[in-house]
Amino acid sequence: MPQVSMTVNGKAVSATVEGRTLLVQLLREQLGLTGTHVGCDTSQCGACVVHVDGKSVKSCTMLAVQANGAAVATIEGLATNGKLHPMQEAFRDNHGLQCGFCTPGMVMSALDLVKHNANPSETQVREWLEGNLCRCTGYHNIVKSIQAGAAAMRGAGR
Amino acid sequence: MAQDGIGASVRRKEDFRFLIGRGLYTDDIKRPGQTHAYILRSNQAHAELRKVDTEAAKRMPGVLAVFVGTDMEADKVGGLPCGWLIKNKDGSPMKEPPHPPLAIGRVRHVGDPVAVVVAETREQAKDAAERIEVDYKPLPAVASIAAAIKPGAPQIWDVAPGNTCYDWHIGDKAAVDAVFAKAHHVAKIDLYNNRLVPNAMEPRAAIGEYDAASGDYTLYTTSQNPHVIRLLMGAFVLHLPEHKLRVYAPDVGGGFGSKIYHYAEEAIVTWAAPKVGRPIKWTAERSESFMSDAHGRDHLTHAEMALDKDGKFLALRVATNANMGAYLSTFASCIPTYLYATLLAGVYTTPIVYCEVRAVFTNTVPVDAYRGAGRPEATFLLERLVDIAARDMKMDPVAIRRKNFIAATAFPYQTPVALQYDSGNYQATLDQALKAADWAGFEGRRAEAKKRGKLRGIGVSTYIEACGIAPSNVAGALGARAGLFEAAEVRVHPTGSVTVFTGSHSHGQGHETTFSQLVADQLGIPFDNVEIVHGDTAKIPFGMGTYGSRSLAVGGTALVKAVDKIIAKGKKIAAHMLEASEADIEFKDGKFTVAGTDRSKAFGEIALSAYIPHNYPLDQLEPGLDETAFYDPKNFTFPAGCHICELEIDPQTGTTHIAKFTAVDDVGRVINPMIVEGQVQGGVGQGIGQALLENCVYDKDGQLVTGSMLDYCMPRADDLPSIGVATHATLCAHNPLGVKGCGEVGAIGSPPAVINAVVDALRDYGVKHMDMPATPMKVWQTIRAASPKQAAE
Repeated sequence: MPQVSMTVNGKAVSATVEGRTLLVQLLREQLGLTGTHVGCDTSQCGACVVHVDGKSVKSCTMLAVQANGAAVATIEGLATNGKLHPMQEAFRDNHGLQCGFCTPGMVMSALDLVKHNANPSETQVREWLEGNLCRCTGYHNIVKSIQAGAAAMRGAGR
Repeated sequence: MAQDGIGASVRRKEDFRFLIGRGLYTDDIKRPGQTHAYILRSNQAHAELRKVDTEAAKRMPGVLAVFVGTDMEADKVGGLPCGWLIKNKDGSPMKEPPHPPLAIGRVRHVGDPVAVVVAETREQAKDAAERIEVDYKPLPAVASIAAAIKPGAPQIWDVAPGNTCYDWHIGDKAAVDAVFAKAHHVAKIDLYNNRLVPNAMEPRAAIGEYDAASGDYTLYTTSQNPHVIRLLMGAFVLHLPEHKLRVYAPDVGGGFGSKIYHYAEEAIVTWAAPKVGRPIKWTAERSESFMSDAHGRDHLTHAEMALDKDGKFLALRVATNANMGAYLSTFASCIPTYLYATLLAGVYTTPIVYCEVRAVFTNTVPVDAYRGAGRPEATFLLERLVDIAARDMKMDPVAIRRKNFIAATAFPYQTPVALQYDSGNYQATLDQALKAADWAGFEGRRAEAKKRGKLRGIGVSTYIEACGIAPSNVAGALGARAGLFEAAEVRVHPTGSVTVFTGSHSHGQGHETTFSQLVADQLGIPFDNVEIVHGDTAKIPFGMGTYGSRSLAVGGTALVKAVDKIIAKGKKIAAHMLEASEADIEFKDGKFTVAGTDRSKAFGEIALSAYIPHNYPLDQLEPGLDETAFYDPKNFTFPAGCHICELEIDPQTGTTHIAKFTAVDDVGRVINPMIVEGQVQGGVGQGIGQALLENCVYDKDGQLVTGSMLDYCMPRADDLPSIGVATHATLCAHNPLGVKGCGEVGAIGSPPAVINAVVDALRDYGVKHMDMPATPMKVWQTIRAASPKQAAE
């Protein structure tokens, strides 16, 4: 069985996987990083979004072996010393989450948006979230959260 | 108002763990020695199970066991029970066919569980399931209400001739017919309320575990009501005593009704765990959710309203066929009856109503409560019919509503369909919404849109709904087989912090925050000194869980009652410590004070004394400060309000764009406005989804066409507008907090507002009604059909 090595949230990890093992399975089942969720089986919902080499990726649609040698970042790596990242803080401040299941994917996706567009309009946020489903919020407060998070990140020079 | 007390938009306690990826959902749990189950499901809508050969599967790598329906039958496992007995018009009981967790002899819908494979890994279980040979003898299927009620239709159950589960009614038909016979005008509608798939973002999951040393079973499951699951599965299905069965629903990723019910997989993993000798986990793939989670809505209805010459409603006559699916889900039978027909008076003074409902079996997934459950169906038909009546009679849709509103002074108001509304002010929510939506300025916006080639429409709905179902004895008289109370325990610790054990269950509602606010406010202690525990039958008192927007109205009231007991006992302790009469002790802002003096004891001092009872009236009072209360509601609560939708249709593409959505809801007293707004916005999102996007489709042979998120149109961020939400409170008259419930109003009030707006936008095309969802294709075809000249150009 293939052996993979990568960094996850800055830490070097290696694991033995099956050829068919998905990146999300490696993260959740072998590395115990259960913050990344699986909400569908057709690459639609985005609950599994992580960053691979700085880009947002649906980890249910990538094999673990494809991430060999990559730098993977998950929701667990964002807060530092118990202090939330400004985007996480914005979600809490703006009630951008209810059941919390889609939230890690939303936050990781939002961070990639801000990388591309530091000051996204409401329409731009809504269009960017095309690949992330939420059933609880009607998106209203998620959009608000992301705009507020982007503003906070601009302010903090991140 | 304290900054974190009642009425404050306190940030949620639960958010930190969710935001750092440390929520604990069922699939996140990994038990020592855990194995994995995969359920082989029927790919046939209706077929005889001639043979299920599992021999090859059993020999596959990693496989520990394979079970079929007859294995469970041999163990005398019972069927999944239905929790509400509906009686037919003639008083006879509804038909209750058996519902084995794994099919026996016949499969009745695509997705019906046929076998379970348990293996070391999920992939091994799945691979092995492909080696199970099922010999199906296909039978003709009925996949819709229309097909099921046709004379000579294939029969799904021998015990249910005509595929009829029940034929129920409410009201005096002859009296209603007599009113219709003399009416000035009769407005009519035929509609299909589209079938929906709940699609909570977390797929269902269950882990069954058995401890051979103690004989204890544990079920971890994605449930809105763990005690209900323990009772149903323990007493009716697996025959396990409740004290040896723990059901734990940890963080649950959304429910919307779909996680109320006792599902086959819960029973399967719990039953199989001792046989395999290791814990067994099952997690649904999304495609399994589509074919095994209970669906919602699916009503076929003809309704008529009788009016006098001035537009006063005289009577309402409704005939509905409601799809039950292939089996009766836990609360399926009460949704299209007591949660539907009883709401048909709406917010209007209609003096007399008759409704008949035939519940129909089809070869489809069972249908049960989905956000709103019966009330969205009632509201949609009524609010569409009111618009049709207004148009028929050339009246303004707002004016006809006002003319028929129950007056704000008329409460308590007895409706002709059993319910007694306790409070409300429908004029006020309407006025506030009209203003917020700038209803008066609409014609100008319509004219401006027309210049851009767009068809602009506006629609209003003034709805009412019923939450916090009960009282238990009334529900029991109507066929409920469960109590509908709620329980709470307030445990004060020696240093004055508090743990609350609630029977309510949070799966997104933020109870850990709202309930903490409540307790902090009532006991005058810091918000952070309160911990809320829910979801684990090993910890919480027997409670009925969360559905029907009942958590605050019923669960919150139980909590208030438990807090009241704490305060009452605290007063006795304080009286002793302060050497005063108990009657002279006042409790305010966390202090017990002798009235008219400055002598007082802080809440923490009383708590300490209760656990270190040295200076304590031990001869009169037990030590400790820990109280439990159960609350059985006196009546439903009746949230109501007004939703207004303004939208534009592009006649070239049929695409609908919502320009503005306004909701003004009366949910009673608001504890946390931020959470209430979020609940309403989420509900409206689902309501707009039903109105414009979502539709569960079976083909005529019973194959599920919309079986994935690629095929079923879930609302996405760019499909939905910014949702303007406001509240206008009249207090519930029969619970101490004056709360009514906010979880479902959004999904109830919004669909008719959207469709009324669509029909308004298409008024020049002669459109009187459009069934949901108003997809671009449907709208475009409607426009083309109405303007053949334009189409030919």
